[in-house]
Amino acid sequence: MIPHERAMERRQFLKGTLGAASLVALAGCDNLSQSSWFPSLLSQTEKVTDRVQRAITPANALAKEYGEADISKVFPANGNTDPGTEAYAGHVAKNFSEWTVVVGGMVQTPMSWSLAALKELPARTQITRHDCVEGWSAIGKWTGIPLGDLLRQATPLPNAKFAVFHCADVDEEGVSYYESIALVDCYHPQTILAYELNGKPLDVPHGAPIRLRFERQLGYKQAKYVTKIELVETLSGIAGGKGGYWEDDQGYEWYAGI
Amino acid sequence: MAPLIHEGTGTGQGQENEQVSELAMRSEPFPLEEPSVPNGLTGSQGDVLAARPVPVPVVERVYRHRLPVRISHWLNVPILIILIMSGLQIFNAHPALYWDDRSDREHPFLSIRPVKTESGEMRGITTILGYKFDTTGVLGYSDGKRRAFPAWATIPSAKVLAMGRQWHLFFAWLLVINGLFFTAYALISRHATRDLAPTGKDLRGIGKAVKDHLVLRHPKGEEAKRYNVLQKLAYVVILGVVAPLIVLTGLTMSPTIDTAFPWLLTLFGGRQAARTIHFIACFTFVGFIVIHVVEVILTGFFNNIRSMVTGWFVIKHEA
Repeated sequence: MIPHERAMERRQFLKGTLGAASLVALAGCDNLSQSSWFPSLLSQTEKVTDRVQRAITPANALAKEYGEADISKVFPANGNTDPGTEAYAGHVAKNFSEWTVVVGGMVQTPMSWSLAALKELPARTQITRHDCVEGWSAIGKWTGIPLGDLLRQATPLPNAKFAVFHCADVDEEGVSYYESIALVDCYHPQTILAYELNGKPLDVPHGAPIRLRFERQLGYKQAKYVTKIELVETLSGIAGGKGGYWEDDQGYEWYAGI
Repeated sequence: MAPLIHEGTGTGQGQENEQVSELAMRSEPFPLEEPSVPNGLTGSQGDVLAARPVPVPVVERVYRHRLPVRISHWLNVPILIILIMSGLQIFNAHPALYWDDRSDREHPFLSIRPVKTESGEMRGITTILGYKFDTTGVLGYSDGKRRAFPAWATIPSAKVLAMGRQWHLFFAWLLVINGLFFTAYALISRHATRDLAPTGKDLRGIGKAVKDHLVLRHPKGEEAKRYNVLQKLAYVVILGVVAPLIVLTGLTMSPTIDTAFPWLLTLFGGRQAARTIHFIACFTFVGFIVIHVVEVILTGFFNNIRSMVTGWFVIKHEA
């Protein structure tokens, strides 16, 4: 065989091997994604990331607050943009005058506030950045009540670990949206139940009349249309048990700090 | 042939054998290999050899890559491929890049979108700084699907952001751990200063090195024992600049990390800018990997692979 032929053959061999290897590898990755053990191995990352990020982030460190000039011209509304139920439409018609927010579960004194009562409480206004899991960011000015103030009035029991946010939006299959965050994060000064965006009452697409702002995690944690905050010791008993609608349904991480 | 000889001669065993060998020799029109008989036939050839000496290459085996470097190198192969492909999956969830902190959707730095033409046909349009390119088939629209990067370039191949994130964040940790392991080893063993840092002499020879690389003339013999200056610079830039950059810009996309280290936002000019730099750094890695693999093939594929597997690299010296 002349050297040229040999080189050609070697090149063909390399090309064939690489092509076949990459096809096998791709199919392999898809198989792994659909197996049961591999995603559960991958999901261990979430626990490591949660622990490490909490360890290096001071408990009360504030998310960056921006100036008026930084506010996004358009703040996109994602996920459900209208609960679409009759009950909710009724609230819209009455301008949410009968909307209440309940704090219950593992608390000494279950409490309930009307929207008007909530607006009487000392409010906090913050211009912060909303980071969507899809990759985009938007900056908005939120006004609302620090969640910690409400929880202190209800007095959580010592073993309460999570706050679960039950929402008024229901999907086609009748599953209600819910989200949850660690109880310790409820006391962060920027964790608020917001009723205003950019100086105006929240509109329906952005979660009227009240929604959670939890500035140190991604967008899907920011529950809209909040009706009830339930304190629990474990998330396993609720819906799919993973602590949130997107966590149960799509496999998003409960810890959404990154 | 044998029966013919037998008929023609009718002699005994010994003679027959002799005749066969003689016939056989004569019947070969162009003997390719001369039988190695001590004299006679080879006489003339011996003279030719003496007049025109064939260069005998002296082969030297050198121990080129130590074990920690080899382990770290091969771990990087699946880690980087998976990070790049799962990263493209995540990019596909919002296939546009911006500077600053906000996503100003009217003015992306780059976007890859499916667009319906007036005739109703789907095209993939990639826009960079306002300039539009038709990238149908690869970017924006491929295999009948509206997606920025095609199925063959993403993990998983279908559009599943949640699973793409899980792959990406898991292997991101592995990259960081492998990177810290390699950095510690390279500093302690002085691999960084001895083998990777270009010397003054290296840098003065950079013009010649560039010319040699452009005509694909690669160092041989003694020169091939060390990394050449362009190779050193490529490794130093990738390990010392691009790798830390891709990790830090990745972390800057984390809202929690931004509260812990707000200077990251200042350093990169905002969260969306960090995302854009992360993407550019990714394609710097892709470019590096392509050039790296091409050079591995051009400079002796099997020798290079062996040296990265066993450590031993073979150098041929011209005698």
